[in-house]
Amino acid sequence: MAPPPALERREAVAALLAGRGDALVVTGLGSPTWDVAATSESPLNFYLWGAMGGAAMVGLGLALAQPSRRVIVITGDGELLMGLGSLATIAAARPANLAIAVLDNEHYGETGMQASHTACGVDLAGMAAAAGFPSTLTLTSASQLSHWLPVLQSGSGPVLGVIKVAATQPPLTVPARDGTYIKNRFREALLGPKAVL
Amino acid sequence: MTPDPVNVPQSVWSQYIYQALKQANVGQVAYVPDAGHKSLIESCHADSAITTVALTTEEEGVAMSAGAWLGGVRAAVLMQSSGVGNCINMLSLAEECRFPLLMIVTMRGEWGETNPWQVPMGHTSARVLELAGMIVYQVDDAARLGAEVEMAAQMAFVSNRAVAVLIGQRLIGAKRFE
Repeated sequence: MAPPPALERREAVAALLAGRGDALVVTGLGSPTWDVAATSESPLNFYLWGAMGGAAMVGLGLALAQPSRRVIVITGDGELLMGLGSLATIAAARPANLAIAVLDNEHYGETGMQASHTACGVDLAGMAAAAGFPSTLTLTSASQLSHWLPVLQSGSGPVLGVIKVAATQPPLTVPARDGTYIKNRFREALLGPKAVL
Repeated sequence: MTPDPVNVPQSVWSQYIYQALKQANVGQVAYVPDAGHKSLIESCHADSAITTVALTTEEEGVAMSAGAWLGGVRAAVLMQSSGVGNCINMLSLAEECRFPLLMIVTMRGEWGETNPWQVPMGHTSARVLELAGMIVYQVDDAARLGAEVEMAAQMAFVSNRAVAVLIGQRLIGAKRFE
């Protein structure tokens, strides 16, 4: 049986974040950062341009610091593969307000589209479930995605969804790149002007 | 036999660190376990005002600490010197974004080490951290530990710097495998 058609990543991210409300968003380096910048730019986005393997853990620290806010991490399969231990750490810490959406194109898009481990069958949702995430799912269609949105936005976490997307590279949309600026912009928007004094 | 110069027990000096973290209003502590941090880890877990998180590898703590700061909470990361090498690329997050980072590192692989496998990382920890952009203070005297952690925290959280306090084996004692 042929695999189901993969979603377009920009359309998927637009759908994921259209109803984000006051959620705080952390993006993993590379295409997820460009996708979120293109579809849901906000000072409440913390864009990673590096620190590969760290997106989910930035999300954990933020989720524990802000337990009344939803924290959404949008990252890629290669980025999460570099920090697989964080699935165990997050499952053990069990933050109810943390959701992770993995845009899984089964490739390393920024480095020449080499196949990633998920192309060989590594199941990131299965690994998160085995670690103890109470809610995990692999999504392959727009209708599955729309049904999953309430879980992403308010399901009891930690939540992890793997969204199978086509291995395409939409036009580059570059957000602010200076890390100190991105940090201060985020803190000012979340915590108020005194946070950057 | 030469008398053992280590005369302040961990149950005592760990509390100097704990009190300094409380003084600095640290609300998250992340750690990879080390025997040298045993008492401090227990104190943090017992404190309902501190969210204490066990890591699988030390670089997770560097990223978690950044997330805590984004959310308005101060964090500290506890590790053994062998974990320093695991942090290197993730330290670019602190450097590029000027995130406060407070690392408390218990040393192995130096003064009196009897496990040679600890020496390569322990011997280079301070230089490696400095090359990665961190400010490093080594403490070998328990009487100075509280003030050193307090000042490291002040510099980290007020001047937005990555600061590591290295606790030497002269203070901890050198583990013997014989």
